[in-house]
Amino acid sequence: MSVRVLSSGDTALVVEFGDRIDRALSERVLALRARVDQADIAGVIETVPTFRSLMVHYDPLRVGAAGLKAVIETLLEGAVSPNQKRRLWRVPVCYEGELAPDLDEVGERTGLGTSEVAALHASARYHVYMVGFLPGYPYMGDLPRPLHLPRRADPRVRVPPGSVAIATGMTAIYPVESPAGWHLIGTTPIRIFDPGVQPPALFAPGDAVEFEAIGRAAFDRLRAAAENGEHRLAPSDIAE
Amino acid sequence: MSALSVLAPGLHSTIQDRGRYGYQAFGVPVSGALDGESHEIANRLSGNAADAACLEIFYQGPTMEVEATSVRISVAGSGAEIELLGQQSRRLGGWRSVTLARGSRFRVRGPAAACAYLAVDGGFPVAPVLGSASTFVRGGFGGWRGRALQAGDRLPLNRDSAEDRQELALPTPPDTNDERAIRVVLGPQQDYFTGAAIETLLSAKFRVSQQADRMGLRLDGATLAHRGDYNIVSDGIATGAIQVPGSGQPILLLADHQTTGGYPKIATVISADLPLVGRRRPGDRIRFAAVDVAEAENLRRVQRAALDALIATAVPAHPMIGLDLDRLHQANLISGVVFDH
Repeated sequence: MSVRVLSSGDTALVVEFGDRIDRALSERVLALRARVDQADIAGVIETVPTFRSLMVHYDPLRVGAAGLKAVIETLLEGAVSPNQKRRLWRVPVCYEGELAPDLDEVGERTGLGTSEVAALHASARYHVYMVGFLPGYPYMGDLPRPLHLPRRADPRVRVPPGSVAIATGMTAIYPVESPAGWHLIGTTPIRIFDPGVQPPALFAPGDAVEFEAIGRAAFDRLRAAAENGEHRLAPSDIAE
Repeated sequence: MSALSVLAPGLHSTIQDRGRYGYQAFGVPVSGALDGESHEIANRLSGNAADAACLEIFYQGPTMEVEATSVRISVAGSGAEIELLGQQSRRLGGWRSVTLARGSRFRVRGPAAACAYLAVDGGFPVAPVLGSASTFVRGGFGGWRGRALQAGDRLPLNRDSAEDRQELALPTPPDTNDERAIRVVLGPQQDYFTGAAIETLLSAKFRVSQQADRMGLRLDGATLAHRGDYNIVSDGIATGAIQVPGSGQPILLLADHQTTGGYPKIATVISADLPLVGRRRPGDRIRFAAVDVAEAENLRRVQRAALDALIATAVPAHPMIGLDLDRLHQANLISGVVFDH
């Protein structure tokens, strides 16, 4: 599929790289985003990367679609820096008891058993494809193949913040209390969205994330610290 | 601190400015005024910058009491007007400013549209969250405590007394109740729909359903058939996008819409017409006409110029039409500027 630049009304262009969830596609989206942001084009308000496209929001009183499209097309061909630095987050997760309400069911449905589900989930390094659905909600992939399940048949009306979930080849963390259709296999004590800090979301598109299993006592300690604003996760830089 | 004390909150009264930009990549919706035209008019009638934060009134206005030496308020929005309560109970009309003294009670009647705006001279001192004063109620942040007004709230004011200047009114309010077609640009996913669906979108009359809020309007009427799959891999969303889920029933997305979504968008309302759709309420009819992007850009410039021209027609208004002026002077309610009729 070739790249298409589509209009959404007179305030946004969608640069569409494909129609699948695919790591290589995501890298192209994120590379274009970096170039558009860097180009600091007059009238461009913000850019929003998704799995397979980049939306460029703009002010039509300051720049027209035709002119903006021409500039974006020149940026499509730019090189991706081979030594791009990425942020790696190591996120503590408690995969136990009431903090992991669907773990047993996922263990049964996948045939892996409870402890293997947690171990497998914590064994992979994930890529933040995009942040959406809720403020700060990171879509992370790719989930190890044995953990792939469709969404729950009966979505929950309310799940607590910090719930770590899996579905359809992705994993995510619920930043705030929310309805949820994914399988809840753990909970992180850390806060991943706070409108009072800059930036408000812990994870940004393009970040790398790993999960680290912790016990209930560590969870309680870290949750208390997070609630007091004492514990803030810091990323490390990795080259990729 | 000087304040407007909330006696009755109205249905869903929230502080809104032009919206929160720059955080959609973190999943934070833009929010902001549903009807940017009336929002701007309310501000200008109060002497504020065009983009100052106002109280957005949704379906039903609040009742308030002035807890300040005096405050200049203005109301803009179709069918919305200021009503003084108490002994001197009087309807003062809308699309105008008026200065009220301590202890005055008023309510905002109407609106006939989905929303209207109450501005105060000097603005509301709400701390910006992520660069904006707009309230995002589902996220619980921005505006006044991240929520809609409640009875008993004291909404703080920046000034304890109104600046000494003329009241303003629009002699000819904008035509906010017309039923002209809403202009759209087709796409970005029109190729997910049958030709008949696109024809239907541009010829059928839809009706705003009961499912209408700051996130969007679900439209009743004809359904729009997808060519094949109705799920797409998530894509960005622009305000005004018309997304069509599997039911075929279109949803027109407004200020609080999610930043990304997985349903194909058959068309997007042009920015010049966003204030018109922001005013629609359940039961209102709605029909669409297609324009291309260049025409949409031209229409936006026309709309911008027309709004500037309209605001420039504002004239000095009698401080309180129909009231006992002597008595008001004695009560020190007005600043001394009186116009002949």
